[in-house]
Amino acid sequence: MSLLEFTNVSFNNREEDILKGISVSINSGDFMSIMGPSGSGKSTFLRLCCHLISPTDGTLLFHGQPIDNFEPTDLRKKIAYCFQTPYLFGDRVRDNIEFPYIIRNLPVDDARVKALFSSFQMTTDYLEKEIKNLSGGEKQRIALIRSLLFTPEILLLDEVTSALDVANTAIVEHVVTSLHNEGTTILWITHNPEQGKRHANKVLTIKNGEIQALETIL
Amino acid sequence: MNGSTTIHVTSLMIASSLVFVTLFFSYWQKLKLEKETIISVVRAVIQLVAVGYVLNFVFGYKNPAFTTLLLLFMTFNASYNAAKRGKAIKRGLLISFLSIAVGTLVTLFILILTGIIKYEPNQMIPIGGMIISNSMVALGLCYKQMTADFKNKRDEIETKLALGADILLSSKKIIRDAIKTGMLPTIDSAKTLGIVSLPGMMTGLILAGIPPIEAIKYQIMVTFMLLSTTAISSFISCYLAYHEFFNSRKQLVDRSEN
Ligand SMILES: Nc1ncnc2c1ncn2[C@@H]1O[C@H](COP(=O)(O)OP(=O)(O)OP(=O)(O)O)[C@@H](O)[C@H]1O
Ligand SMILES: [Mg+2]
Repeated sequence: MSLLEFTNVSFNNREEDILKGISVSINSGDFMSIMGPSGSGKSTFLRLCCHLISPTDGTLLFHGQPIDNFEPTDLRKKIAYCFQTPYLFGDRVRDNIEFPYIIRNLPVDDARVKALFSSFQMTTDYLEKEIKNLSGGEKQRIALIRSLLFTPEILLLDEVTSALDVANTAIVEHVVTSLHNEGTTILWITHNPEQGKRHANKVLTIKNGEIQALETIL
Repeated sequence: MNGSTTIHVTSLMIASSLVFVTLFFSYWQKLKLEKETIISVVRAVIQLVAVGYVLNFVFGYKNPAFTTLLLLFMTFNASYNAAKRGKAIKRGLLISFLSIAVGTLVTLFILILTGIIKYEPNQMIPIGGMIISNSMVALGLCYKQMTADFKNKRDEIETKLALGADILLSSKKIIRDAIKTGMLPTIDSAKTLGIVSLPGMMTGLILAGIPPIEAIKYQIMVTFMLLSTTAISSFISCYLAYHEFFNSRKQLVDRSEN
């Protein structure tokens, strides 16, 4: 079944077309790697997927219905987006971990928080750490935990391992592949062709705002 | 205000020699401010004379509807000026008008209810002027802060939106900071009243012969009303204005639009 269906989608910001004529369908259970040169429109594509922006032309369906039929906040709870440069708000890590619970009016599930920290090989001691003292890699992992406290239907990852070393990249890849095995659809932007092909069943290449290739890996 | 404190026109004429001091300094130090000084002095005199005659007329015209009309006119002008500080806020004029009007209304209502003032032009117009202009400055600061924050903190807002937060929760910190920015000058000036400055109104009353102990009562009332009006109008305007930075799909509007 098609989860996200792009038909002739364009996005322009008045001066220039950033994406043009994108037609692609993302199916439930896909693990799609997105590649392409810098500035080609990869991040813009993911921002369309999680409805932070809307197509200026063409149609975008979610579960077969126009994306505008869904309440934006519900949509974004189902489609998690991890930014290229993670942004942690507040003073402490805790502020970030509690936020998804505050949004849903739910008490913090300590067991869930603990399990997620340990799957990223971190402890909950991090909760009290100040944001300004964290390394780039720690910030990225905490941003991932923040997006995964409630398992999303689709997970959008924007070059999340580019600031991580080999060991940490492996940790993240492990978490992502196990999520995928449990049924989450993954869209992952990466500059590393080897990483792009390792786990994915589809590789989408974007160049100058257009789809250059869509390979299916068996 | 008794006759003994009336200033004679001839005295004013002599006092105008003070302007020559300014002109002398400007000429001597080559500040090139002579022309501007003369223009500003002439303008000040003409404007004040005009206002004096207008107020004389207005205060004699005791129709409450007329007073209300004048207050509305002042509110509109203040809103127009405040809205200019936040051009990204599309309905800025409407929002400002509403917030200043509600703030002024509540404050005036309480003052009238307590019997401190009456709905008469010679009380309403100067008091209205004070609170409306104070709100205008506060709203201008709110808008400026808000516009800057919505521009500089896009990452923070979009991160929160992406997690599924509603636009209010995503903007809460910005709204709070903007309200604070609008209110701080009023709070700060209240803090230093009597220590750093004797406010213009109190100075005026004392010059006109009112005992200082009476004059401070008026100043206390003015301080209270400025604080309440500023708080109310900053609060309403910020909670209305933040919507303008999002579209109907709860997306932050594009960089190029603001
Ligand atoms: N909000 C915006 N306003 C103006 N230009 C934008 C905006 N967002 C993206 N762009 C432009 O659109 C183009 C594509 O940007 P995008 O971030 O999608 O590229 P990318 O493929 O993710 O690049 P990178 O690999 O460097 O992250 C770039 O030229 C960028 O400058
Ligand atoms: Mg990018």
